[in-house]
Amino acid sequence: MSSEPGSAGHDDARVAGWGGVSVPGREVRSEDLERLTRDAVLTRGLARSYGDSSLPPPSHPVVAGSVLADRLLSFDAETGRLRAEAGYSLHDLYRTFLPRGWFTPVSPGTQFVTLGGMVAADVHGKNHHVKGSIGGHVRELKIRVGTGDVVTCSRESWPDLFRATIGGMGLTGHILEVELTLERIPTPWIVGIKRRISGIDEFLAELKNDAAEWPFTMGWIDCLSRGRHMGRGVLMAGRWATPAEAPKRFPRHLPRITVPFQCPEWVMGHTMGRLFNAVYYRAHGRHVRPSVLHPEPFFYPLDVLRQWNRLYGTRGFTQHQCVLPDTAGSGAVRGLVELLTRQGGASFLCVIKDCGPEGEGLLSFPRRGTSIALDMPIRENTQAMVDALNEFVVNVGGRVYLAKDAFTRADHYRRMEPRLAEFEAIRRRWDPDRRLKSAQSVRLLGDQP
Amino acid sequence: MNVVMLGASKGIGRAVARLLAERGDRLCLLGRDVDDLRRSAADLGVRAGTDGAGVAVATCDLTDPDTFGPALDAAATALGRVDTVIVTAADFATQADLEADRDRLRRLLTVNFANTVLFCEDARKKLLGAGGTLCVVSSVAGERGRKPVILYGATKAGLSRYLEGLDHKFRSQGLKVVCVKPGFVKTGMTAGLKPPPFAGDAPDVARDIVKAIDRGTPVIYTPRMWALVMFVIRLLPRAVMRRIGF
Repeated sequence: MSSEPGSAGHDDARVAGWGGVSVPGREVRSEDLERLTRDAVLTRGLARSYGDSSLPPPSHPVVAGSVLADRLLSFDAETGRLRAEAGYSLHDLYRTFLPRGWFTPVSPGTQFVTLGGMVAADVHGKNHHVKGSIGGHVRELKIRVGTGDVVTCSRESWPDLFRATIGGMGLTGHILEVELTLERIPTPWIVGIKRRISGIDEFLAELKNDAAEWPFTMGWIDCLSRGRHMGRGVLMAGRWATPAEAPKRFPRHLPRITVPFQCPEWVMGHTMGRLFNAVYYRAHGRHVRPSVLHPEPFFYPLDVLRQWNRLYGTRGFTQHQCVLPDTAGSGAVRGLVELLTRQGGASFLCVIKDCGPEGEGLLSFPRRGTSIALDMPIRENTQAMVDALNEFVVNVGGRVYLAKDAFTRADHYRRMEPRLAEFEAIRRRWDPDRRLKSAQSVRLLGDQP
Repeated sequence: MNVVMLGASKGIGRAVARLLAERGDRLCLLGRDVDDLRRSAADLGVRAGTDGAGVAVATCDLTDPDTFGPALDAAATALGRVDTVIVTAADFATQADLEADRDRLRRLLTVNFANTVLFCEDARKKLLGAGGTLCVVSSVAGERGRKPVILYGATKAGLSRYLEGLDHKFRSQGLKVVCVKPGFVKTGMTAGLKPPPFAGDAPDVARDIVKAIDRGTPVIYTPRMWALVMFVIRLLPRAVMRRIGF
């Protein structure tokens, strides 16, 4: 526990999001989150948001980190009600509660997120079409708001603050404690099916069919194939296994491989992308039977590779995730995939998911429609690429996911987000001096840098 | 086993307490802030699946040796027989801060050495007279006089020597003494510092500590790599130590 030389000089320190986009600044941590947030303007959890949502604004280059505030405070084994400090992680929850037959009703694509982060981004998962996003399962939040006061809010008490905080990207207050209801699960195993789909129209139809039958669905699309193969990919569906189907033992924890260093750019370049997509597509059959699957790779396929963001190299990557409303018709999804393939292999990974109805969170991302997420290595043309995609999204009435975003322009965002005025009004009420902000809110909401 | 812990609500102590609670050990947590201890007790109770039963708390302030006796009595009452006493609590400040502030320095010297030794003496006599394990977290900072940790390191050097002596004298009488020497561990205590290579995480360090307690290992370095690092540091001649910043 010795201090080391060089530790005092933070002048050149930078703080980054998962995609590698960074700003000058540093993160401070303490077990005592309540005290830590007294002077803070932003709190982050495990920093898995891809863009700049967890990065501090230039005027106050320090972000509070919640990860050491990770205590469970209570759990009711009758109702599944769990209360914990905001830094408690989903990874920890998986370890402690899955063996006991409880799990989060909504799980994002990584377990390395905190409860506070899950609420701030109002995360959704493969079961959005049946369970909605995490906000719907949150009962109460303890928050330090912009005035410095600590407020407990719920649907009954200060409902405006509660709604604005769900999906509010930490801009309404520092989330200190979260109370949510866990879900009883029959076994920790999954019964699922993975099969290949040969084109975008079939994909959308099958996603809809599977949604009626399976609580977990999502698809991966090959964005590099053109012509009649455009939008081909692999569709995954699953549900919790019944005791009769599941192995008696608990799924063992998988070994993890760490990407040891920032990789050269060709690793996630066009050629490797084509190769990966072709191999992955062919690895799956067209007609397959459901089988018992390990829950970890099913929910968190990328967590097996620790620090996988290093695959994208020093320039990093971004994700463009948008939801296109059903009202825009299936032509909208086709249009977006066409736009992408026309741009010529901008994306290595593309994930598609049908979403259920919009939740309570005022800035919450999901709404009834189709969500498409594209991972893109950052290159010279990334801004232009995102602009083109956003122009399309605005025109069909969709919106982007702030937790992934680093490139959307304020003008585009305003046109996507009619709920913004209400959000800003609530923010003004709880933070009249506009103390709380992030690099993202400076970029998108016009906060003072 | 029945365990008394001083410093279980934060950092390495928190991680050790979780491992012990999860495997069914009974705990009594000692610390300054009872509300904070209760939150930690709740955390351990939920993790252990016992809803807080099996985790007791009692006030004990490492800056005030008068609180040690009553705290240890309360722990004995709560647990009955005590098998193990674990001390992870300590004070920390950077060398620069300690040089600049005499009162701050006095507090660190007192807490980390004098009061920790007093607490161990009291605990040994009151709770471990019939044998058991005393596990105390010292530091690799006490291995050599090093420029960045002269003052903090000196307290840990003294503590390590004290623990070594205890082991020599009392092992044959049934008291096992475990001196833990962590390298840099990423906790709240070191949150303001830039982690060096081989920096450890509290849960990994806690696993090493629990293993050492179970085996009664007199001295452990954790993360393990620090045993090698300190081996080299101990070999460096004075002339070299004067030149390097480490």
